[in-house]
Amino acid sequence: MTKVRVEVKDLTKIFGKQAAQAQKLLAQGVSKKDILAKTGATVGVNHASFSVHDGEIFVIMGLSGSGKSTLIRMINRLIEPTSGQVLLDGQDITKLDKKQLREVRQEKLSMVFQNFALFPHLTVLQNAAYGLELKGMDLDKRNEKAKKALRLVGLNGYDQQYPDQLSGGMQQRVGLARALANDAEILLMDEAFSALDPLYRKDMQDLLLKIQEQMHRTIIFISHDLNEALKIGGRILIMHDGTVDQIDEPEAILTHPANDYVERFIEGVDRTKVLTASTVMNHAHAVNITKAGPRVALRRMRDNDISSIYVVDDENHFVGFADADDVADLIRKGSRDLRSVLKTDVPSTHPDTPVNDLINEISKTPIPFCVLDDENHLLGIILRGSVLAAIAGEEVTE
Amino acid sequence: MNIGQLPLADWINSGIDWLTQFTGFFNGITNFFQAIVNAIQWVFDLLPVWLFIILVLALSYWVKRDGKKWGFLIFELLGMLLIWNLGYWRDMTQTLTLVLSSSLIAIIIGIPLGIWMAKSKTAEVIIKPILDFMQTLPAFVYLIPAVAFFGIGMVPGVLASVIFAMPPTVRMTNLGISQVPGDLIEAADSFGSTSWQKLTQLQLPLAKSTIMAGINQTMMLALSMVVIASMIGALGLGTQVYFAVGRNDAGSGFAAGIAVVIVAIILDRITQAFNKQAHH
Ligand SMILES: Nc1ncnc2c1ncn2[C@@H]1O[C@H](COP(=O)(O)OP(=O)(O)O)[C@@H](O)[C@H]1O
Ligand SMILES: [Mg+2]
Repeated sequence: MTKVRVEVKDLTKIFGKQAAQAQKLLAQGVSKKDILAKTGATVGVNHASFSVHDGEIFVIMGLSGSGKSTLIRMINRLIEPTSGQVLLDGQDITKLDKKQLREVRQEKLSMVFQNFALFPHLTVLQNAAYGLELKGMDLDKRNEKAKKALRLVGLNGYDQQYPDQLSGGMQQRVGLARALANDAEILLMDEAFSALDPLYRKDMQDLLLKIQEQMHRTIIFISHDLNEALKIGGRILIMHDGTVDQIDEPEAILTHPANDYVERFIEGVDRTKVLTASTVMNHAHAVNITKAGPRVALRRMRDNDISSIYVVDDENHFVGFADADDVADLIRKGSRDLRSVLKTDVPSTHPDTPVNDLINEISKTPIPFCVLDDENHLLGIILRGSVLAAIAGEEVTE
Repeated sequence: MNIGQLPLADWINSGIDWLTQFTGFFNGITNFFQAIVNAIQWVFDLLPVWLFIILVLALSYWVKRDGKKWGFLIFELLGMLLIWNLGYWRDMTQTLTLVLSSSLIAIIIGIPLGIWMAKSKTAEVIIKPILDFMQTLPAFVYLIPAVAFFGIGMVPGVLASVIFAMPPTVRMTNLGISQVPGDLIEAADSFGSTSWQKLTQLQLPLAKSTIMAGINQTMMLALSMVVIASMIGALGLGTQVYFAVGRNDAGSGFAAGIAVVIVAIILDRITQAFNKQAHH
């Protein structure tokens, strides 16, 4: 087993004035609910212990309110623990004074936030360079490193934009770049992808895995989404009401749940049922009907080497589907409107549909399924190949 | 049983008598205020009328970004020419001196106070009622001790204006800093910033437009004090209004009053445009 980077021992957080009394009750085994009723204090985290190894992605998961954010914030002491220890490479960070703590935060720990928490008055580049600036690195050097981090997360040419000019997904790329730029070996990610729409979330998960292959950081990743946890977690910690239920590899969690709670948690999650349409979908190549005519559509198909293209409106609502041959005809006739050749009888499905329910039909139709949400937005398409690949073992199969 | 009237007035009088022994301290403040007033007035006296007008127009042209720019420039030009034509030019520059020096002092004191309030709950609890007191206590009341300590002239006028006009700057600084979203503070902390770095790199920049709105209010309040300040010898348009009232001369009173309004509109629009421009 590799080296332990982060070791959490008996870490407890109690919110409220009567923390001492709540501690006593907690030791007697009184439940979180009863403690709140008796003392008015909230148990955020209850005697959590675990260790995270060098280079692993350690996922902490649980429902909302289970104490995940509190737990991860005690690791960099954004929240002061009530009791317990956090050892970072053997150094107890709960004992550090303010200055030492700042140094550890600058050098060793970087955080990515659920709501991005980008600085709105700074450019993308300045945001990415923020941690380096605090370290006192000079401008040229930190810009160079920040640019490298932005390239790593796939953001080129946005350096001088401001965060509010970017989509949510791109903003979180900046958040990730800001955390990667200052070479901290430990990344704390609090539901970093939860605010993103499904397709973008999948992209970001893939991106994180790709970056991790190159950089081998130690990542503590919080999620409330079991699919996400199973996909990216080397090991998963499941908690509820501030208490740790189980720490195990994904397969072991699925096959040997430690208690009733975990069992209920993973209920129905076996093999292909974990996979929903949104987890296996791909980007759909689409053109906007109000902007693009036949020539644009045809060029887009040639550029991407595809024989048909989806057509959407200004708001990304699905409008139809056009074949290259029909579009080429249109151009020959001199028509400027795609509408006459649009097909609408395309198979479609909802993002939450389990892949299990789709497998049969997918193999029957030559046209890929498109994934439409309740408002008829085109989220992506399902290609037969990626479904089969997913079921064959990329995800959670044994 | 008759408990009698509390001798509050006597207490305050003896308190003021007691304070007058610190003449050195009050002279120090007087000299400091006087230096600021003199410096600003010196610059205004140096500028010929035409150059002053051009500078104001240029400043407005530079800060004003919206479509109504030209209308405002014409208003400014005509307004200033009118003031000049009415013979109130020097009075106007004196009024500006009063407003700018009291706003400057209010900002120098008010912004740090506002920051302190945002950072400390205790400070907030103590300062808040003092601000209410400063703003609601009738100005005439503190004119009397102001004259006792600082004599007659611009300085007690500036002081009275500072007391009356400072609260919005303090309040809005506190508000602007408190409004910075908690997750941004967390992000700054998580990367290891110091309190000072957080203040200068995050809180003040994000609070800038709120603070500017407070400064704008402070300037308007300072301007509203010019007539009262003239009663204790602060020169300017206020003096003209005050004299006209004394002579029962409604015409001159209005003429000087309109000059005050023109100055108010110009100051207001320029500071507001400055604020809008501060956004990226
Ligand atoms: N600052 C706080 N004051 C009081 N209670 C809090 C505070 N922060 C979190 N809690 C409580 O602690 C528990 C855990 O919250 P949190 O760690 O945010 O959960 P999660 O991130 O898993 O949704 C919840 O019951 C929450 O209400
Ligand atoms: Mg949370």
